[in-house]
Amino acid sequence: MPESSPSLAGLTALRRRPEAWLTAVIIVIGAIFALTARDFLSLPNMIDLLETYSVQAIMAMGLFVVLVSGGIDISFAATASVAQYCAALLATQLGLPAPLVILAGLVIGTGLGCVNAALIHNVRITSIIATIAMMSISFSLLMYFSGGKSIYDLPDWWTDRVVFYETETAEGDLVRITLPIVTMFIVALFTWAWMTRSSIGRQIYAMGGNPEAARRIGIGIGKLQFVAYGYLGFMAALAGLLQAHRVGESVPNAMYNTELAVLSAAVLGGASLSGGIGTVPGVLLGIVLLAMLQNGLNLLGVSSYFFQIVIGITILISTSITVLSSRRGRRHRIIAEAPTNA
Amino acid sequence: MARLRTGLPGGHLGLTTLLAALLLAFSLFVPDFLSAATLQSFMYQLPLLGLLSLAMVVPLITGGLNLAIIATTNQCALLMVWIMQTMISADAGAGTTAGVIMLALVAGLVLCLVIGLITGTLVAYTGVHPILVTLGTKSLIDGISIYLTRGMALSGIPEVFTRAGSVTFFGVPLIFIVLIAMAILIGIILKRTAFGISCFMIGSNIQATRYSTIDTRRVLVGVYTMSSLTCFIAALVMLVTFNSASADYAQSYLLVTILAAVLGGVDPFGGFGTVGGLMLALAILQIISSGFNQFGLSNYLTIAIWGAILIFVVMLQTLKPHFTHLLQTRSDRGK
Repeated sequence: MPESSPSLAGLTALRRRPEAWLTAVIIVIGAIFALTARDFLSLPNMIDLLETYSVQAIMAMGLFVVLVSGGIDISFAATASVAQYCAALLATQLGLPAPLVILAGLVIGTGLGCVNAALIHNVRITSIIATIAMMSISFSLLMYFSGGKSIYDLPDWWTDRVVFYETETAEGDLVRITLPIVTMFIVALFTWAWMTRSSIGRQIYAMGGNPEAARRIGIGIGKLQFVAYGYLGFMAALAGLLQAHRVGESVPNAMYNTELAVLSAAVLGGASLSGGIGTVPGVLLGIVLLAMLQNGLNLLGVSSYFFQIVIGITILISTSITVLSSRRGRRHRIIAEAPTNA
Repeated sequence: MARLRTGLPGGHLGLTTLLAALLLAFSLFVPDFLSAATLQSFMYQLPLLGLLSLAMVVPLITGGLNLAIIATTNQCALLMVWIMQTMISADAGAGTTAGVIMLALVAGLVLCLVIGLITGTLVAYTGVHPILVTLGTKSLIDGISIYLTRGMALSGIPEVFTRAGSVTFFGVPLIFIVLIAMAILIGIILKRTAFGISCFMIGSNIQATRYSTIDTRRVLVGVYTMSSLTCFIAALVMLVTFNSASADYAQSYLLVTILAAVLGGVDPFGGFGTVGGLMLALAILQIISSGFNQFGLSNYLTIAIWGAILIFVVMLQTLKPHFTHLLQTRSDRGK
């Protein structure tokens, strides 16, 4: 089967990539929705979708780096809430200026990420356990000290919409490219360039693939752990600040429970839970798939209760297909390589 | 590797000391803490969390995870309530009532069996990581429950259930006896049967287990079925304690069950762990919760303290080998 022709080999390699499967699924589902739900493919709906899911996409970019490094983090939604709420407190109670508030929020997020890294690297707690513990600690403390009260009087600089580009469609709908969308694109582009083109990014892939091998070729594992979890903390805080910007208030438990949705999107996009594997486009495709499903079903008037069933089925089918197809590929590769090794 | 150290045996001594220290501290600082009333409320509150943790611990030992336990429990409870609610009319005789209750129990059991078999088959035969499979099944099961009930709670179960909740034997509630019985049963299955030993082997090294002519796929199907069947018992306890069922009961327990298991010395990567350790950990968590409740502290603070204790205990467990190693090298040099 292999080495028959380069193009065929390329095709089989493509078939093994989760991104290819995901794109196919997205096209099929997109086509179904485009035919059944009238407004689905309209520009306003697409832009609206982008803005709604930008917060999750930004968190997913951070989570992607941690997943590639071979770890897992459940606490980022709690981190985002804590950073958002603390920043909101600083802005409303102390009346600090915008740069200071944003800086404080981002520092809190990065700091919480680094605490995770310290627990995992220095204290050697398994990453899922450390982050579950950190999630319960930071979220419970937030709920305890805030008393579950939302902050509504955010300053204007925070809640005013920032519009980069504005146009009107033929039907008279307003289409706006707003701050969350632009931030999401910058973050995605940066994460992609950083993880594929820089030395640190390559080192994170190496560490996720085989930590012991990475350590022996002289990669500082500890430093990279702090980079990965710190980056996720930073992204979570950024997402938290943007979420408050979008909805115009800070609700302590607004982002609670988004962690599993983001995690499933990242894993749908081919980021491996055992590390070393994953791409930025794949993770974005995972987010797109979940966003499309929810939006399309909403437009079709399907009960929002039904959405969870669809997510469940999607996760089960797409992960099974991904794993089964890559396993078949691996078996072929082993069979194919056997004679050359002998 | 570091991950091997977290589940080292011998953690029970530390846990027992912690339990004793907590008991001592609370009985000193909280008036009436060591009373029969506290003990009884303790025995009423523990069974649900305990049974759910037992459902979590078997997959954990094989290196997996079952995130769908609470969804399964809720759906099973919902189904049983629905059957009893619709089929028992107000003027039904004792015979029909008993018949319908039997039917409801069988239906619940079959539902859990089916969920367990499907989950197990997916985990064993597709090779997808259990976190993902059970995330999918959790979402699916929860979705179906919420879709059918529109998020409402169902109530209206026969009085027999309500009464079973308050039955005690020498002051010990029936549901607590159920928990102990299940713990002993699962403990025996894990330690004394070929199936249980295969579970530990799979958790340590699934490839090596397969090469030792153990049908790992069948064992995995069994593991998730057993976990699901434990959820059936948990659903019964839930009905007895809440007298109703809903799709979103006990959702916050999901991470607590993992916390309890790891606190009790179960290795999250599989291969190590005991039911005894889990029970000790559960007792510790519950004592902290009741103790702080009597102090008048909020529930949120209790969860934060649970998290801190988890980090603290795992820290001690990971650092212990370092200390013993240091002591050993010292004494070796002394010779």
